[in-house]
Amino acid sequence: MIRVPHRRYPPAGTVDVVVIGAGHAGLAMSRCLAEHSIDHVVLERGEIANSWRRERWDSLRLLTPNWQSRLPGYAYRGPDPDGYMSTSEVVEFIDGYARFIGAPVRPHTTVTSVVAEGGGYRVVTDRGDWRCRAVVLASGAHGLPAVPAAATALPRSITTLTPKTYRNPDQLDDGGVLVVGASATGLQLADEIQRSGRHVTLAVGEHIRMPRVYRGLDIQWWLDAVGILDERYDEVDDIVRARRVPSPQLVGTPERATLDLNALTERGVELVGRLVGVADGKAQFSGSLRNHCAMADLKLDRLLDRLDRWVEDHGASRELGPPERFAATRIDAAPRLAIDLARERISTVIFATGFRPDYSWLHVPVFDHKGRLKHDGGVVAAPGLYVLGLNFMRRRKSSFIHGTEDDVRDLSAHLASSLRLGYSGRVPLEAVG
Amino acid sequence: MNITAIKADNGVNVEALLGARQALTEAPEAARFKWRATCEWIGGTHSRSVVHGFFGLGTEQSHKTAFRYDADHPEIFAAEDNGATPVEYVLVALASCLTAGIAAVAQNRNIQLRSVKATLEAGMDLQGILGIDSEVRNGFDGIKVVFEIDADATDQEIAALVAQSQRRSAVFDIVTNPTNVAVEVK
Repeated sequence: MIRVPHRRYPPAGTVDVVVIGAGHAGLAMSRCLAEHSIDHVVLERGEIANSWRRERWDSLRLLTPNWQSRLPGYAYRGPDPDGYMSTSEVVEFIDGYARFIGAPVRPHTTVTSVVAEGGGYRVVTDRGDWRCRAVVLASGAHGLPAVPAAATALPRSITTLTPKTYRNPDQLDDGGVLVVGASATGLQLADEIQRSGRHVTLAVGEHIRMPRVYRGLDIQWWLDAVGILDERYDEVDDIVRARRVPSPQLVGTPERATLDLNALTERGVELVGRLVGVADGKAQFSGSLRNHCAMADLKLDRLLDRLDRWVEDHGASRELGPPERFAATRIDAAPRLAIDLARERISTVIFATGFRPDYSWLHVPVFDHKGRLKHDGGVVAAPGLYVLGLNFMRRRKSSFIHGTEDDVRDLSAHLASSLRLGYSGRVPLEAVG
Repeated sequence: MNITAIKADNGVNVEALLGARQALTEAPEAARFKWRATCEWIGGTHSRSVVHGFFGLGTEQSHKTAFRYDADHPEIFAAEDNGATPVEYVLVALASCLTAGIAAVAQNRNIQLRSVKATLEAGMDLQGILGIDSEVRNGFDGIKVVFEIDADATDQEIAALVAQSQRRSAVFDIVTNPTNVAVEVK
């Protein structure tokens, strides 16, 4: 065996800004930095749109219609504006954007450490170190699956999956499946696995219920039109709570079908409460299912009331269907509180319980007592450090592809001013945002 | 013209509650409370519990007075009926927790309450505690709570109040979710 001598890579370079992650957000930032004539690189651990290539299940489609897909200077121009992109189409879209803007992407470059150094940062990668004045964290909000502690008590015979490791029903054995979580992901997986002939039990906590189409138009059109997607992080009552809201129960299908808990019940999925523990091979569920469904139903009705009021106030600019209200979520009189996994032949548990970003390589003191990144609408609590793409980061739409542009315009302007002023000058966001 | 915003008054100091929320967000240690009760056997199934001190905000605290609660069982259980049965205290705890929550949430949402009445019923199959059928659990097989609320609000707003009070209720959480219980002998 040849012994490779340990050596330090020479600095890969010095730039003003290092953007970490070549997904849609990192690339959009690259475009805006270029508009400000700011020298930068985009470091990517794999290929452009890496997690869309490798960490998504096969049937996934965007929750937003194609006409909504846009990035700074770029928009969907295909033949199906009302359709929803598959993962390969998303990869194509983001790839196309990278080519269009000529982004300075360094692929297959994994960042292993970021440390403050000499008034700027040193970004250590497996292909050398970068020195820079500012760093943009665009590695995404989905670094690590947030799996509840109860998972550790599951019997060893159970296969556990997350949306990062689940691909399609064919990878499962014939046993029953417990899907934990009632976001868009949880409902989509429950639906396709139940359709594959396996029995699915769905553990339901707090959730957001939405019809795919309302009064003839995609719900995303409404959320955009009435201004909900533009609501700002510094305007809502409780931003901590707003950032924890799970994705709305939506699916993008050619039929534009609504996927809700009632539809799953009709297909034979059993609904139980939030997973609260596992003891002696039994999964335990909260008795709060009824209230969680009642809250989601009430919230849906309030949303639809708001949409109808908006139509009354603005007049319908196009042909709209009549106002609709949807049947309350049907719950068994006594949903089960415990399930003996072995006795019921449940062999797989899928945790669709959300994600948290992975900043294990970020060695800068910018975390709160719960390990969350401290930031003010994407301006991280250390000079020259920015973040992108987190849930409700600056606006309710921040985590969506179409929500990126407003955020990167604000933050790139802030970054440009702070580079001009040097780090001693504090830049009020209002000045640019 | 002098416009005064109409302000609901349900006797809940929401500003103080919101202030506490803010303060405890910044000082998570102070948020750790310990609730306590002592209980002494009187005779038969009759016992008396006392609630007085508790721990919170980093120090020992106490109620203005020591509250006493007699618990017993009804005469059809061949007992003397000196107080409510322990399971009825669970209903009392749930009802009073949800009701307090409704008042606080209503205040925060500027909804004036005129009356709030809760009626509770819990089913229980005695074959459980008597050991007749091992498949029957000891505790309730379900709890039903019915609220009658008169307030300056729509039915939808009242339903949302009741939903939010469950979401924030300690006792609702205690009865709907498992809790580790350690019972020891000194």
